[in-house]
Amino acid sequence: MQAEGKLLSIYFTAGYPSLEDTVKIIQDLEKSGIDMIEIGLPFSDPLADGPTIQESSTKAIKNGMTSKILFDQLKDIRESVSIPLLIMGYFNPMLQYGVEAFCKKCQETGIDGLIIPDLPVDVYHEQYQQVFEKYGLINVLLITPQTSDERIGFIDRVSKGFIYMVSSASVTGSGEGFGNAQTQYFERIDNMKLANPQIVGFGIKDSETFDQATKTSKGAIIGSAFIKHLTKFGVDSIASFVDSIR
Amino acid sequence: MTYHANEKGYYGEFGGAFIPEMLYPNCEELRHNYIQIMEEPSFKEEFDQLLKDYVGRPTPLYFAKRLSEKYGTKIYLKREDLCHTGAHKVNNTIGQILMAKKLGKNRIIAETGAGQHGVATATVCALMGIECIVYMGEVDIARQAPNVARMKMLGAQVRPALSGSRTLKDATNEAIRDWINNPVDTHYIIGSVVGPHPYPDMVARFQSVISAEIKWQLMEKEGRENPDYVVACVGGGSNAAGTYFHYLDNPDVGIIAVEAAGKGVNSGESAATSALGKIGIIHGSKTLLMQTNDGQITEPYSISAGLDYPGVGPMHAHLFKSGRGEFISVTDDEAMTAGLEMAQLEGIIPAIETSHAFAIFDHRKFDKDDVVVVNLSGRGDKDLDTYIDYFKL
Repeated sequence: MQAEGKLLSIYFTAGYPSLEDTVKIIQDLEKSGIDMIEIGLPFSDPLADGPTIQESSTKAIKNGMTSKILFDQLKDIRESVSIPLLIMGYFNPMLQYGVEAFCKKCQETGIDGLIIPDLPVDVYHEQYQQVFEKYGLINVLLITPQTSDERIGFIDRVSKGFIYMVSSASVTGSGEGFGNAQTQYFERIDNMKLANPQIVGFGIKDSETFDQATKTSKGAIIGSAFIKHLTKFGVDSIASFVDSIR
Repeated sequence: MTYHANEKGYYGEFGGAFIPEMLYPNCEELRHNYIQIMEEPSFKEEFDQLLKDYVGRPTPLYFAKRLSEKYGTKIYLKREDLCHTGAHKVNNTIGQILMAKKLGKNRIIAETGAGQHGVATATVCALMGIECIVYMGEVDIARQAPNVARMKMLGAQVRPALSGSRTLKDATNEAIRDWINNPVDTHYIIGSVVGPHPYPDMVARFQSVISAEIKWQLMEKEGRENPDYVVACVGGGSNAAGTYFHYLDNPDVGIIAVEAAGKGVNSGESAATSALGKIGIIHGSKTLLMQTNDGQITEPYSISAGLDYPGVGPMHAHLFKSGRGEFISVTDDEAMTAGLEMAQLEGIIPAIETSHAFAIFDHRKFDKDDVVVVNLSGRGDKDLDTYIDYFKL
């Protein structure tokens, strides 16, 4: 946790820009003072993502990234990195790997949890929660401005760790800054006094949106803006991006 | 045992709604209301009236005498090619536009591959005066210029899908993203029995008018409601779902699904999902789909643009897995030959999708007294260029 008390998490797509960049990106992010990392397992059809993450995923798959290669690359990651690491990916690649085998591998590697946008809370709760817990993994569930209070309550009860608060009705990378609607939504959630802390994602791209997003939440996640930075400036420029946020 | 969807949208182990939380309210609103709305007398009345006066239903059930003689069995054709816009697709878009109105939506989005569903959606939006946006892969826009022009003439906006392989599955992704970005005022008209619950069941119900008509029409012609077999081509599977619907739970009626083998099931250029697919998740549904060992969705191939979807509707995955349906794959060449034969024996030029269904008679013998109903899902006008190239006409 940083001095200002707000957690900054970064998402990147594993296998992008180059297949072998994964470990370096994670190490440099930790050195730059990032609090948590979401390692994106690329998927051919990422429904909840905008063009930036779709393109980085397409490129990563083209570069040869697979679940197996990602786990191989992360095999010794805990020797050099200590901040929380999550894998964010769509459900189909995990289903093909075998959900239990995937969870087991995460535990062996030192992954702390998973974010799976297209695994709804109901299905998770009925079919997979036991497996996740068996291997000590948290599952980070999403809420949006349209999620009802009742469903947020259910998600809060099922969650163990934190809740991913999607900032607006959008896919990733489409932020135009935050307006009144977001402020009201952030306050509404804050007033619910949930058991799990919230981290805001989608539409956070610079220090201004980061500050707005973290007024009432524990932290925020930046994805598309970081990928754009990598595309433009390469993997040796990670610190400058992080410095620009805070 | 039923082969219909249960209340959670599962057909056996297939179906469900594997959607990001951002889509939950949209799908939930639909799931909560769709059956109730479809059963309202005012909805039924308007739907039936439009099917009759606007679409031209009932479509004929035609006894194909010369085709029957050639193959030594009794073949009936359900003439969906005579529907307004030239295919069965409009049955669903009429139903869904009325559904959208009941739900108070004033903006329609749709995906399209070859453009048939896009045209059917643009048509009903023009009819109702509702804004229409159709997502279409950039590659498909280039190779389906006449349908792009039709949609534009009907007042729709055609937006290119520039991501991934820039074909049908990517157009579907873009439409879903649009829906995520516009959760309140927009209804997404999916064109097949695919996608998250309740879409597969809702679309199947709108298309079920096909088998409802077959039942009474066959009673008039043969003195019985049940044929021995119903046959349809399957891409996503909407015309097939409509053809099977009222026969699903009747074991006396054989169900035959014809898939596109492209250049051969094992050629690497195929769309035969039942043969090549594994269970997985595509566009919010657990079903059989073509994918790599690592779970990346692969690009299918068929000469027919309407059959090259990498998945299949969950109803069909269940029919295949349970053995209730007989699945046969037909190559490009076999389909084209069957299309030509249909033209010359019956004077009907079928869509290339439909031609796949007719190739069944070279794959499989039927008894002399069998009554076989084949759904003639669409007409071939849109495919003339492909037929011309193929046969050097």
